[in-house]
Formats: sequence, structure tokens, C-alpha cells
Amino acid sequence: MGLLNLFAKPRPALQRLPSGSMTVDRDGQIVTSTVASSYPEDVLHEVAEEVVLLFQEARKAHLPLTEFRIHFASLHITAREARGGAIIFLSPAVSVTTA
Amino acid sequence: MDSRHKILILDDDPAFLELYKEWLSELPSKPEIHTSTNGARAMALLEAEPFRVLICDLKMPKMDGLQVLSIVRRRFPELRTIVMTGVEDEEFRSRAYALGVDLFWLKPDTQQNMQMFLECLESLLGRDAENGFRGIQSKSLMDILQMECLSQSSTVFRITRGSLVGKIWILNGDLIDAETEGARGEAAFRRILEWKSGTFETLPSEPERERTITKSINALLLETAQAIDEISSPVEGESAEEADHRKTVWRLATLTREGCEWVVSLPNEDEAAPEAWGTQSAAEFAAWMRHASKAVQRLGEKIEAGPWSHIKAQNLERKLILLPSKNKTCLVAWPPSSDSSEIFEQSKKLVTSWDS
Repeated sequence: MGLLNLFAKPRPALQRLPSGSMTVDRDGQIVTSTVASSYPEDVLHEVAEEVVLLFQEARKAHLPLTEFRIHFASLHITAREARGGAIIFLSPAVSVTTA
Repeated sequence: MDSRHKILILDDDPAFLELYKEWLSELPSKPEIHTSTNGARAMALLEAEPFRVLICDLKMPKMDGLQVLSIVRRRFPELRTIVMTGVEDEEFRSRAYALGVDLFWLKPDTQQNMQMFLECLESLLGRDAENGFRGIQSKSLMDILQMECLSQSSTVFRITRGSLVGKIWILNGDLIDAETEGARGEAAFRRILEWKSGTFETLPSEPERERTITKSINALLLETAQAIDEISSPVEGESAEEADHRKTVWRLATLTREGCEWVVSLPNEDEAAPEAWGTQSAAEFAAWMRHASKAVQRLGEKIEAGPWSHIKAQNLERKLILLPSKNKTCLVAWPPSSDSSEIFEQSKKLVTSWDS
């Protein structure tokens, strides 16, 4: 029992993966979002900016893209080009089972 | 010189570290135990000397366990990692495994659990990195096949190299069939033997398998060895330029056979020049590849989403796969009519076969 008490100490919370969608304008600013408000805003802004930049850099390379999907081990980011901006979908890829 | 394995334990609770140290000192291999109460110090220790295993807690202030594991996976790919946590949550278990951890273990609360954990850990410590074909050390696939045929065996070999899978059928010591990636018979046998490393397993024999190979194993092995030599070393009297040209022609032929439009390969070093087959725009595409690789890696670390396996992209003219690997990143272009669900696997196979 002594061991069990040791394990019960309070700990900082772990950050869950973002899930939802957002629309982003051509400057990488988030226009609308369905991602939980508890998720850090600065990280979402970074996602938005990087996505818009990826589309812009592809255009510069004469490889204009209409859509891309980034496959991470535990998250998929799908982005569709929309008038210079983008619609972004964040979908956790981990299989969560409930016993 | 001390040849004991080193284990690093990372937990923000010093009382726990003491407890772990005591437990792990009971391991039969008597490893050297180091501890750290935060991620930054753990990184410094890992940089300073080689460790065999990192045991990492998940919930820690400043840098949590998932962040640590995500960095560790990239910077120390040989390091074995174990998550030891009190967090009983399937999402975090899946994410930890997605980051490549070897073991996810709930903090033991009984002596029996602890004993099981110690056994798993001892087994991890004992496993060495393997080269060549896993199963038999310092033997090539050719050696293994010759041994099987000499001993008049009947078996089926299943050989795997990355995403490539091949099968070789042996009946009473005779090579009767081979199959890989749509090829069968001698052609498939030659392709499989060009793979320099991988894993193999033996399956029960299939006496009913149709015979497609009639040549003797020795004749085929000799022919294949000569063909491999010709590809890897310049033909007598052939200049390096001619050898390069021959390789390029072979790669273009593979590309056409697979129905792919073009490939750009970019070494991971910053200033390295790209190579391209089937397109003249290598430099432009490489600029995007470089940008995309760095941006995606940054994002993955920030979100703690684990390593990225690939990007699938498309426009009206083609479908694209951006594929990272240890030494290079490849951009593979497919016609717009290609099956989206298959081009990732097809791209991986193409790139792996070029590396074989």
C-alpha cells in the first residue's frame, strides 16, 4: 500500500492531440475553428501559418497544390487550398479503445 | 574497461528515482544506472555518453515525456526506450508507441509486476543491433539458400526488406519458384537476391506449388551474383560516367514500369544537390521539399504528434508523395488517375528497390 500512495502524487497534465477543423486566410490568420478552446492557441497559429506557407512555397516551385495530407505517427493534418488560404482538418490517428 | 550497459531513468520525483535505482540494481546484468529529474538534463546526459535504455516518465513539468521521446527518437535512434508511468490512458499509450517506444509499462504496484518489468528490461538489454539478414548472423541470403538446398529441405522463405516482400519456394532441395512485387520465377528470384539486408522467416513447405524455375540453384546464384557485380561495379573498360548513365537508364526503366511520372531525390545534408529522374525541374522542386521537410518536422515536435511518415499531395496534373528516410527525402509524382490509396506503398517500394 505504501507504494500505491507514492504513485498517487499530483502531476502536471499531458497535452492531448488537437482534433477538429479550422479555416485560415492567406496570411495564416485563423478565421474559424472547431478545435477545443483548451488547446494552446499559439500551436494552432503555428499550424495555420505553416500550412499556408507550404501552399505558397509549392506555388513558387511551380508545383501548385490543391490539397495535401501530412501523416504523423499519431495525427493527420489535411489541408485544402481555398482562395489563397486553407481549410485544415486535424485528426488524431491513434486508436483509442474503450474497454 | 567497464562493458556494462547504461540505463538512464528520467522522472521528476527524486524518491522514485531512488526506488528505481534500487530495483534495477537487482538485474542479473548489473547495468550502470544514471538518473535525471528533468528532460533537459537527460538530454545532456544522452549527448555526453552512450546509453542502452532510457526509462521515461510521462507527466513532468516543463518538458513532458512525450516531448522527450520525440526528440530522443530523432537524435538517438539506437536508444531503447521505455515509458514507465502512472497514466492509464489509451491515447497516451498509443502515442508513446507511435513515437517508437519499446515498452509502455504502468508503474508497478506489486512485487510480481515489478519482477515482470525487470525481466522485460533484461531482455531489452540483451538484444543487440543486428545487421544483414536477421536470424542467421554473417550469412548472406545466398549462403542461407545454398545451405537449405544442400540439406535437401522443403520450405518456403518469406523475405522482407522494408516494404518489399518476396517468397522463395524450395522443394526437396530444388528451387522451384519465387515471387515478389508482381514478378515471378527467375526474375523475382534475381530481384530478391539484390536486397542486401532484411529479415526472413521460414514457412511450411508447399509441395503443390507450381514449378516456374527449372535452372539449378547454383547456376541461378552465379548469374545473379554476376548481375549484382555488374550493377554495383563498373563494367571493365567502362568510365564512371558510363556507369552512372547505365544506372540512370535502369532507374528510368523501373520508374516507367511502375507507372510513375518522375522522382526527385534530395540528400538530407543542407547544401546537397538533388538528383532527378523524369523531370528537369529538380532544383525548384527540391526547394519545396527542403522547406516542407523542415516545416513538418518542426510541427510534429510542437504538436507532439510523433515522426512524420509522408505527405500526400495533389493538384490537377498529378499526385505526389513526399517520403523522408534516414539519408534523403524523395518526391515521387504519379499520374492524376493513380489510386490514392496505393501510391504511398508504391512510392516506398520504388525508392526501396532503388536503394537495394
